[in-house]
Amino acid sequence: MDKTVNQKAWFLVLPVLVLVAFSAVIPLMTVVNYSFQDTFGQNVFFWAGFEWFEQVLASERIRDALGRQILFSAIILAIEVPLGILVALCMPRKGIWVSVCLVLMALPLLIPWNVVGTIWQVFARVDIGLLGRTLSELGIDYNYTQDALDAWITIIVMDVWHWTSLVALLAYAGLVSIPSAYYQAAKIDQASRWKVFRYIELPKMQGVLLIAILLRFMDSFMIYTEPFVLTGGGPGNATTFLSIDLVKTAIGQFDLGPAAAFSLIYFLVILLISWVFYTVMVNLDKKEGV
Amino acid sequence: MDWMAWTWPTAIFFMVIGALLVTMTIIAALRPETPRVGILRIETTRGDRLFISLLGSAFISLAWLGMFGPPLWGALIACLIYAAAVFRFV
Repeated sequence: MDKTVNQKAWFLVLPVLVLVAFSAVIPLMTVVNYSFQDTFGQNVFFWAGFEWFEQVLASERIRDALGRQILFSAIILAIEVPLGILVALCMPRKGIWVSVCLVLMALPLLIPWNVVGTIWQVFARVDIGLLGRTLSELGIDYNYTQDALDAWITIIVMDVWHWTSLVALLAYAGLVSIPSAYYQAAKIDQASRWKVFRYIELPKMQGVLLIAILLRFMDSFMIYTEPFVLTGGGPGNATTFLSIDLVKTAIGQFDLGPAAAFSLIYFLVILLISWVFYTVMVNLDKKEGV
Repeated sequence: MDWMAWTWPTAIFFMVIGALLVTMTIIAALRPETPRVGILRIETTRGDRLFISLLGSAFISLAWLGMFGPPLWGALIACLIYAAAVFRFV
């Protein structure tokens, strides 16, 4: 039987296209336009060529911020993913505690980012904060506003506190979906707990874990609000990540051209990494589907 | 051209990308294809290969700019060779 060709459904996609055009494509085009021009305000622009791109590529300040950003993402992924899996493995699979656990795990995810920053800012203060005060009472020299290492540790702990639940919930969803037959087979074979994890649970969680890693990577690579509220990028420039640096350039110094060039390069890096993750994910699904 | 601070070079850049997308859509409608597996060991369609070419070209141009500075004609040639290679082998 011949298939009827009917392309009218494409019209239903039209509103989305218009929305995306106005919310993403056109602003991005404007950024491209700005990145090649210089302005002194009054909506008057001068052609600057590749000057801003050269400046951004040669900028030590941005290179340092990129280094910090990569280090930050690597650290939080290295902590949150294993920790999230561990938490998911410890969560009950049935009974009344399931919903209690799920709600408790979801709580940090529901808090707005600037509130998370404020909570930790107060919590870690040496004079009135519970954490800061306790640490200093114990004789530990801790002050996140003056010491770079302390600031880093505080931001990392804050991020782990905020986002490990996401990894845990995703991993838990992966774990729950494993049919019990697999566990029964493992029991018959007298597989150890480690082998059950290595050969049954981990492969079955692969898909959701990739999504978790992608989401955490993207979010941590674009992190702004929490470190901004907590440390404001300090002490010095110790916790100035890419987005904080970008906002300083664009809004603080009102250098639209360099900021536009900077954000385009930032965007390209994120696009590349997301594409790699996406491709790996889709190909894994296909392999599993075979 | 005042709208959105347009200049001819950026306008031409977007027109070329727009034209590429339209051409690919027309080709896709006229000659439907099946995805193939190339040297990256992933399934790609023509659209995927265009995306890989454009993204890679952006990085080639940035690398050229960082290493040799403008003009970017050399980078453009490198991008075209890269794009041809992507469409042939990936």
